[in-house]
Amino acid sequence: MTGDELCIPIFKRLRQDGTLYPVDAAQRQSDDARGGQSQDTTSIERDPIEREKALKIYRTMLFTRVLDERMLAAQRQGRLSFYMQCTGEEATVIGSAAALEDDDMIMAQYREQGALAWRGFSCDEFMNQMFGNERDYGKGRQMPIHYGSRDLHYMTISSPLATQIPQATGYAYGQKLAGKGQCTITIFGEGAASEGDFHAALNMASVHRVPCIFLCRNNGYAISTPSCEQFAADGIAPRAFGYHMQSIRVDGNDVIAVYEATLAARKIAVETHQPVLIEAMTYRLAAHSSSDDPSGYRSKKEEAIWRDKDPILRMRNWLEAQGWWSEEEEKATGDQLRREVLESMKRAEKLAPPALDTLITDVYDTPTPLLKQQLEDVKQHIRKYPHAYPKGAASMGFTAQELEDSRKAHQERLQRMQSPKPVEGHQLVESHQPVDGGQTS
Amino acid sequence: MNMLQAINNALDIAMAANPRVVLFGEDVGVFGGVFRATSHLQDKYGRERCFNTPLTEQGIIGFANGLAAQGSTPVAEIQFADYIFPAFDQIVNEAAKFRYRSGDLFDVGGLTIRTPYGGGIAGGLYHSQSPEAYFAHTPGLKIVMPRNPHQAKGLLLAAIRDPNPVLFMEPKRLYRASVGEVPEADYELPLGVADVIREGRDITLLGWGAQMEVIEKAAALAEQDGIDCEIIDLRSILPWDIETVCDSVLKTGRLVVSHEAPLTGGFASEIAATVQERCFLYLEAPIRRVTGLDTPFPLVLEKEHLPDELKIYEAIKQSLNY
Repeated sequence: MTGDELCIPIFKRLRQDGTLYPVDAAQRQSDDARGGQSQDTTSIERDPIEREKALKIYRTMLFTRVLDERMLAAQRQGRLSFYMQCTGEEATVIGSAAALEDDDMIMAQYREQGALAWRGFSCDEFMNQMFGNERDYGKGRQMPIHYGSRDLHYMTISSPLATQIPQATGYAYGQKLAGKGQCTITIFGEGAASEGDFHAALNMASVHRVPCIFLCRNNGYAISTPSCEQFAADGIAPRAFGYHMQSIRVDGNDVIAVYEATLAARKIAVETHQPVLIEAMTYRLAAHSSSDDPSGYRSKKEEAIWRDKDPILRMRNWLEAQGWWSEEEEKATGDQLRREVLESMKRAEKLAPPALDTLITDVYDTPTPLLKQQLEDVKQHIRKYPHAYPKGAASMGFTAQELEDSRKAHQERLQRMQSPKPVEGHQLVESHQPVDGGQTS
Repeated sequence: MNMLQAINNALDIAMAANPRVVLFGEDVGVFGGVFRATSHLQDKYGRERCFNTPLTEQGIIGFANGLAAQGSTPVAEIQFADYIFPAFDQIVNEAAKFRYRSGDLFDVGGLTIRTPYGGGIAGGLYHSQSPEAYFAHTPGLKIVMPRNPHQAKGLLLAAIRDPNPVLFMEPKRLYRASVGEVPEADYELPLGVADVIREGRDITLLGWGAQMEVIEKAAALAEQDGIDCEIIDLRSILPWDIETVCDSVLKTGRLVVSHEAPLTGGFASEIAATVQERCFLYLEAPIRRVTGLDTPFPLVLEKEHLPDELKIYEAIKQSLNY
């Protein structure tokens, strides 16, 4: 048999208009078989997500959307070097995070700021990382969006693709040995699922029975490569069967479907020590990153189809149908979030860069003698040319005036270089003069 | 005790002392590893703490990184150093940078990677390589290479307990060939510190791992000519003990470095550059490197390929007669 014969259906709960799909026919039949007690299931169904949690999910989605809009604008203004948006994938990322316990580990790829926001990473914490200031937990070493938080059990992002997937397997194995009933979720794109690390991870997870949830955001594109050029089979979900794992495909723009699927996956992972693969069918509405322009490889028409499936709008429709949300709350929350993001950005921009010593810390648990010497060499060089290294010089306590003096001295040096060469003979006399205004040592 | 027994003994002690030490790799379980370094450990500590993995080097080290980040102390075996390259990314981009990139929020300091390296066992080009130089270019790793059973035990225990990821490269030619007195007790030898095996006046001979045996033979040959060699075992390639090596060269004025790996970009190049920077005016002769050829490792002609005592002896004489 070929993969074509294996076509996994998509688990859905929420229509775009905010109404729930009826519980499917198979479910109703099995209810009938148990005694025919089943009535119209949609009308008696309890809220799939309780009110408080649903509103927190929704506010987190709004925050992520506002953050994305503002930070992309900041990148375009040249205030930020780089950014990656979660736009279009909020239901997948936040819906799954909401189904976990707070001390479950999240090992994400890079686009999952929503999961971190769900856990309580503050707006300032996001900004400090993006601006790489002295309060950035990563000490200004990685590009914007490489967040991490030990307190929130969110593993620091690593740029090389898919490397977090086998690590999640190992992390989850450690959790199993520790026996505290925790699990790990690792989130990655369908492109990352082509890397060897993905296959190594699923195989090991299955053989060693680790409590790990593998969540694939199948968002249609890996930078410009569409998923039809990424894999030939029916997506990522069927791969689990080859590794003897349970798998489910969900509508990734349906926050209730993602939430319920992840809840079920967590139960399997923690209670039976079996890994689970979830494939969330979604769409990367934004560009891959601030350096990418999707108009070169996909049509506006295609994007419009997915804009109509906006996961935030879908959830809002549901919340309003529940009577839990209103136009006024939407507007007030949006305004407040935009204000919060802007103010936080201004604060973060003004903070000092990481101290110069952070150049050599954390390479090893303590800096080696060679590293200490290299730092001393750098410092000595900065003392000579502080104007050329303003961040390092500031960290070493140079004043603005000293930087200015250094800059002037260097400019004079440059001017002498550019001035016409004196005729021979004359130069011999000149060479006895102090070369740089008496500052030779 | 031979070197394998010493390694087995070190692993046993580490597992007994710390319940979070977990051993895994290809065939390390019931079988005890293809070289038997992990014999009986599964019996003793159970399948959860000593187990076979699927055949996936990147999977093993990726798994080990995650396990170490979680707080366990993984000791992962890569069956041959020749097969470490599928895991290269997980070692140089992940393990080595884990602490730095997270600003010390997360680290994989508990990680130790054991792998047999080196030639002289008729292993041909895929069972004989010495890839230490590839990893020596990676800040954040420690690289350790023992030369005998006593060292293997003390350095391995130190590696497992070191708060940084350590690549522990075992000279497989010496696994059974090298036998020596090894204390039964738990002990550690310091990482990053070279071992001056023998003091001498005329020239410094420097190497590591299996090459030390060859260097000692070359020194004995030179002694017949009245040349008094100082012999240093570097033991740790990264970070390496610059002070001990330079102090020695300041005294003798001459240096020969020998390793099995190819010449170009080999770790001897790094040593030579550093020593000439620090000891330039004290050098009586150019620093000599005696290494494998810049070829893949051969099968039949491996004796010709490898640096041996005669090649080193010639380099010593050339240095003295410069």
